[in-house]
Amino acid sequence: MAEIAYWEAIRRAHDEELAHDRMVIAMGEDIGVAGGTYKATSGLYQKYGAERIIDTPISENSYTGIGIGASMAGMRPIIEIMSINFALLALDTLINAAAKIRYMSGGRASCPIVMRTPGGTAHQLAAQHSARLARMFMSTPGLRVVTPRGPLDAYGMLKSAVRCNDPVIIIEHESMYNMRGEVPDKETFRPLEGAEIVRAGTDVTLIGYNYSVHLCLAAADKLAAMGVSAEVLDLRALRPIDRDTIRRSVEKTHKVVIAEEDEATVGVGSEIISVIIEECFFALDAQPVRVHAADVPVPYNRQLEKAAIPNADDVLAAALKVLGRV
Amino acid sequence: MNASDQKRLLREMIFYRRFEERSFEAYMERKIGGFLHLYSGQEAVATGVLEMARCGYDYVITGYRDHVHALKAGAPAREVMAELYGKETGSSRGRGGSMHIFDPTVNFMGGYALVGQPFPLAAGLALACKHKGTDQIAICFLGDGANNQGTFHETMNMASVWKLPVLFVCENNLYAIGTRIERSTAVTDQYKRVAAYDIPSSQHDGQDIDIVMAAATDAIAHVRSGRGPYFIEFMTYRQRGHSMSDSNAYRSKEEERLWMERDPLKIYGGRLKKAKVLTEKDIAAMEKSVLEEIENDVVRFAEESPEPRVEDLNKYCLDDQPDPRWIGPLAQGEQHG
Ligand SMILES: Cc1ncc(C[n+]2csc(CCOP(=O)(O)OP(=O)(O)O)c2C)c(N)n1
Ligand SMILES: [Mg+2]
Repeated sequence: MAEIAYWEAIRRAHDEELAHDRMVIAMGEDIGVAGGTYKATSGLYQKYGAERIIDTPISENSYTGIGIGASMAGMRPIIEIMSINFALLALDTLINAAAKIRYMSGGRASCPIVMRTPGGTAHQLAAQHSARLARMFMSTPGLRVVTPRGPLDAYGMLKSAVRCNDPVIIIEHESMYNMRGEVPDKETFRPLEGAEIVRAGTDVTLIGYNYSVHLCLAAADKLAAMGVSAEVLDLRALRPIDRDTIRRSVEKTHKVVIAEEDEATVGVGSEIISVIIEECFFALDAQPVRVHAADVPVPYNRQLEKAAIPNADDVLAAALKVLGRV
Repeated sequence: MNASDQKRLLREMIFYRRFEERSFEAYMERKIGGFLHLYSGQEAVATGVLEMARCGYDYVITGYRDHVHALKAGAPAREVMAELYGKETGSSRGRGGSMHIFDPTVNFMGGYALVGQPFPLAAGLALACKHKGTDQIAICFLGDGANNQGTFHETMNMASVWKLPVLFVCENNLYAIGTRIERSTAVTDQYKRVAAYDIPSSQHDGQDIDIVMAAATDAIAHVRSGRGPYFIEFMTYRQRGHSMSDSNAYRSKEEERLWMERDPLKIYGGRLKKAKVLTEKDIAAMEKSVLEEIENDVVRFAEESPEPRVEDLNKYCLDDQPDPRWIGPLAQGEQHG
């Protein structure tokens, strides 16, 4: 068991899958000779060559489409899009093609691509580099959407995504690439479905995904100091949603906070609250509370940016609110 | 080409024309719904190009005007018609319809509704061929209007840089729905546009299948030899409206008349008669046998086939037999705190 960074975990998954199957290739801007914006493919160009670690031009929609076409003919492309904001340019091939090809061919064609991209705010990157957009992909049938919160899932979910026969969107986070965590030395796969209780508790459930799990964990620490036992649930997959794990946790704690870094409208939180109402409405002792970004394009100014994006104290305040302690 | 192949080709084109006209009738009877884009008038292009390709081995992909491409690529006519009818026995099990015919068993990788979307998909199929080291190629048929999409430029560039074995076939029928090409497109000779990407190209008459076959032979040889993509443009004309609701009000009667004279079936049928390969009577007999085959076999199969079951609504969204190792759920022991 070694402690490695999130980017190293992604790199290791690439390396193992490229070694395992010649049909695996990686494509994206600057991923080859330059080693990748987040170093997630560093050294792989030297090891696997230009035919398998493909530096693409700045043509998101079409290189994603090329990956999709290649996957229909038996390849397993891992497509990196430098930022989820740029994935908007590839929505035609991702949503109109990849997500629908299996269905509209009556199950006769499939496109097992993996698209990896960071979605989230970093530090003052301003409106056009700070979108999160998970809610858009999670609403699209025909896709799988996962949000690894740390190195173990970043590694093991990428490996599973490459093997899985469906198109998988992996949403990473600008602020997580250097986060460290333990990953077993032995080859490991992490499932693409299933929420995870990352911290058990009895008084309130804090639900997060991707970076917001860390906000929930930090809030749980503070709550513990106040004598409150918070359970932290990492959704892990936004599509499909693991309804059972959510229900079981809510039936235990009867109180819920959902933390998302995205805007609230038609978002992850609204979906999770719908799930809770459908699954276990009568288990609730208090109105669920959403912690989310301000309903504005993300501002550049440091103070404004901080005000727009939720932090651990916002999660703490929300928890105290559902607990009736404010 | 020997006489029996020539007769077969003429019969195929007559079959495709009748297939399209018969689906028009079924649409009028409301047995086919949605959008229906017919290929009547353009038959020589798909028939001629794919005659020179290795169907079943090479990949073929196109837009929404896809019935004839699918048929010539090898999709069974019964299944294509059943798909238009939305039946479970259809090429896409009734989930796709007219615009989304798929038959991966013969490497026909689909019809797509989004104008320009097949460009990169075709290049991706070609990338896979190159990666596997086979001498397969990918053939992408699209209209003139598609060349104004960003995917055209993005894909031409990548296909050229990466020397992908892909043949782009532009079916220039002068219109994108009701917009004539000069009104939307700065350079109306489409084959000239790929010069910007250093892709060899040429323009030919798309109404004469002999010309199409000769041109396609050279283009396919270029692509198959590993020298990278080729872009071939055929001048052609759709005889019907863009889709069922289109009355062609934007086209002059004179233009339509001129192109009707250049009907690919007439041109080829006339040539075979002149060469004494066939008589007028032979052609009439051919038409009759096509009519019967379509009626008694193709349409009948579609009509008698079952509808998909509503219980199967959610089928085919994702792999329905996924390997639990990749999918989960998380084992209890795997959950960490
Ligand atoms: C992205 C996109 N934009 C618009 C349309 C609507 N549309 C369908 S066909 C068409 C014209 C395409 O013309 P062309 O490529 O010349 O093909 P043709 O129909 O002539 O065969 C348009 C605008 C569409 N289907 N997809
Ligand atoms: Mg056209």
